[in-house]
Amino acid sequence: MTDAPRSVFPHRHLLGIEGLSPLDIQALLDLADEQVEVSRQVEKRKTTLRGRTQINLFFEASTRTQSSFEIAGKRLGADVMNMQVGSSSVKKGETLIDTAVTLNAMRPDIIVVRHHAAGAVHLLAQKVDCSVVNAGDGAHEHPTQALLDALTIRRNKGRIEGLTVAICGDILHSRVARSNMILLAAMGARVRLVAPSTLIPPGIARLGFETFTSMEKGLRDADIVMMLRLQRERMNGSFVPSVKEYFRFYGLDQEKLNFAKPDALVMHPGPMNRGVEISSDVADGEQSLIREQVEMGVAVRMAVLEALASHLPNR
Amino acid sequence: MSNQPILFKNARLIDPGSDREVRGGVLVRDGIIQDLGPQLKEAADTQVIDCGGQVLAPGLIDMRAFIGEPGGPYRETLKSAGEAAAAGGVTTVVSMPDTSPALDDPAVIDFIVRRARDTSMVNIRPAAALTKGLQGAEMAEIGRLKEAGAIAFTDGARPVTNAQVMRRALTYARDFDALIIHHVEDPDLVGQGVMNEGEFASRLGLPGIPREAETVMLERDIRLVRLTGGRYHAAMISCADSAEIVRTAKARGLPVTCGVSINHLALNENDIGDYRTFLKLSPPLRHEDDRQAMIEALADGTIDVIVSDHNPQDVENKRLPFAEAADGAVGLETLLSAALRLVHSDRISLPRLLRALSTKPAEILGLPGGRLAVGAPADLIVFDPDAPYVLDKRQLKSLSKNTPFDEARLEGQVTITMVAGRVVFQRETM
Repeated sequence: MTDAPRSVFPHRHLLGIEGLSPLDIQALLDLADEQVEVSRQVEKRKTTLRGRTQINLFFEASTRTQSSFEIAGKRLGADVMNMQVGSSSVKKGETLIDTAVTLNAMRPDIIVVRHHAAGAVHLLAQKVDCSVVNAGDGAHEHPTQALLDALTIRRNKGRIEGLTVAICGDILHSRVARSNMILLAAMGARVRLVAPSTLIPPGIARLGFETFTSMEKGLRDADIVMMLRLQRERMNGSFVPSVKEYFRFYGLDQEKLNFAKPDALVMHPGPMNRGVEISSDVADGEQSLIREQVEMGVAVRMAVLEALASHLPNR
Repeated sequence: MSNQPILFKNARLIDPGSDREVRGGVLVRDGIIQDLGPQLKEAADTQVIDCGGQVLAPGLIDMRAFIGEPGGPYRETLKSAGEAAAAGGVTTVVSMPDTSPALDDPAVIDFIVRRARDTSMVNIRPAAALTKGLQGAEMAEIGRLKEAGAIAFTDGARPVTNAQVMRRALTYARDFDALIIHHVEDPDLVGQGVMNEGEFASRLGLPGIPREAETVMLERDIRLVRLTGGRYHAAMISCADSAEIVRTAKARGLPVTCGVSINHLALNENDIGDYRTFLKLSPPLRHEDDRQAMIEALADGTIDVIVSDHNPQDVENKRLPFAEAADGAVGLETLLSAALRLVHSDRISLPRLLRALSTKPAEILGLPGGRLAVGAPADLIVFDPDAPYVLDKRQLKSLSKNTPFDEARLEGQVTITMVAGRVVFQRETM
């Protein structure tokens, strides 16, 4: 028996949240809710993608996202192949296109791509006949992360509209932040950005996002506190003076979390730097949704792959 | 602090902020000004000090002094700097972070704050390093340093040459409302230079420092201030073009202020004369035209503050061929006397001068002093603006004697200095 792919999703690729309508997003979240139930059964295997080939093409190492996509593909019945491409071996756009053309000749159905350069996934999508899913491109977008965050929020708060979400930390370098900002705003949440000015993208306030440089002010009355990872190389005086100083002013500990609503929930896309952007007691505490986010990751990726199924080539 | 109230009577009260000058007295209790004006009555339990018609004004606030503690206590300690400051009427000193170790760690700032409280008779407010180890590469912990008591952020005598570092520091500092003070001198343009570039340097056979070493860096900084909105203070400007740059920046409404050293108001390159190393300074003494431009910029408010740029150097660092000698001159004790030359030559009014020495620095640093008003801290000076004397460097309280004013005729000397309601200096002649 084959689960009939549902034609709810009008796009051939998922390259970003930008370009999705609120209806698209809602449909994906509804579909993902169903996948959560599938994943909790003994028999987790569906047949939507039976016979299909999914290539996970990761130019940047990522255990978490890659295994999440792998499990999602396998649960839908696809043949999943992981291609690790050392980011050092691929440096030029030309090589990226060569890789795309070569892979395309193998007639895959879906390519899931992560690349360190913003826009690289879009470039690749132009050169292949199959569907492309962006698993993160530079500091641009990470759409499945934003969708899984939205699913986690919706399942815990019952809605997204009207919530106040504070996204805190290294906004400047974060694709997670960008995708979340677009999605949450599209779904009617009030999005705040909280970070030292050195980590806030210039001009972002003009896009309609409230920015705060103090956690106390930025977290006040927040329903969701979304923390971002700060890369080690950015903590040594370039963007932020030190880990100690960053944690003192921007690290989420219970004291700062208390500025938010009493029922505020804490999220983090992982992997966490404990003691840098988040304290262990908050990360592991009652208000934390961090582990649930990982579970929702598989469900959302299943939903995305299934939504794209109706557009796949090789019919 | 003694609990007995002190009444200063028979004084010329000058509140530089409001340009008010009245005859009268000031009543001090519990470290603050409790009352002032012409009508003050002597109470029974009050200690009375007759000012004999001398000026009573807020204590001076010096935004730039180098102190050798920690790391160079033979040059100056917090204690000796405090004594020198008190004798010069300076009641608050901003100390530079160019120490050993540099003041780039909250624990070291905490040490300075405590040590100064224990040993110095005047207020010493440390400025912390803007970059780690004053290396100009990585910004220091501005937030934590400010919490520890840092009043401002600067690499002291060193410029931050990397524009990206400066941009990020200005951006980051803004979040903490931290003031960045910068020594505007491009080291590449300074090169081997040791004095102002021009005719006189050529005559002496010394390599020169062009004014552009200052103006290029200052222009760059102003652009970065415009980009970031950070609070910026050029530590010292020295030439006419720099004054014009600051004037334009202020007209645009940028958060820019600047200082000038007393040396650049009182001296010019010709005073170097026969290779006098006590006049080897950074920035260098400039042409007389530049000095005149500095005075005008001070009078019209383009220049906000006058600093002593107190930089004690022992004889080993100064008794050398000019090019090899260290930069710097002591200045805490002569700051007021030398500045009063501008009043005596009718270039600036006394209240205006005192504004640049107390009210303005207090405003820029966010300190409560610099005002003669009820509730203001009782950091006060009494001085006779006309008292003539000849400076004898052996009389200086500073541990180092590298003054450019040795044997100079000066007019105007502090007779009483009070810090937080306590008389910390009283000249014997009074």
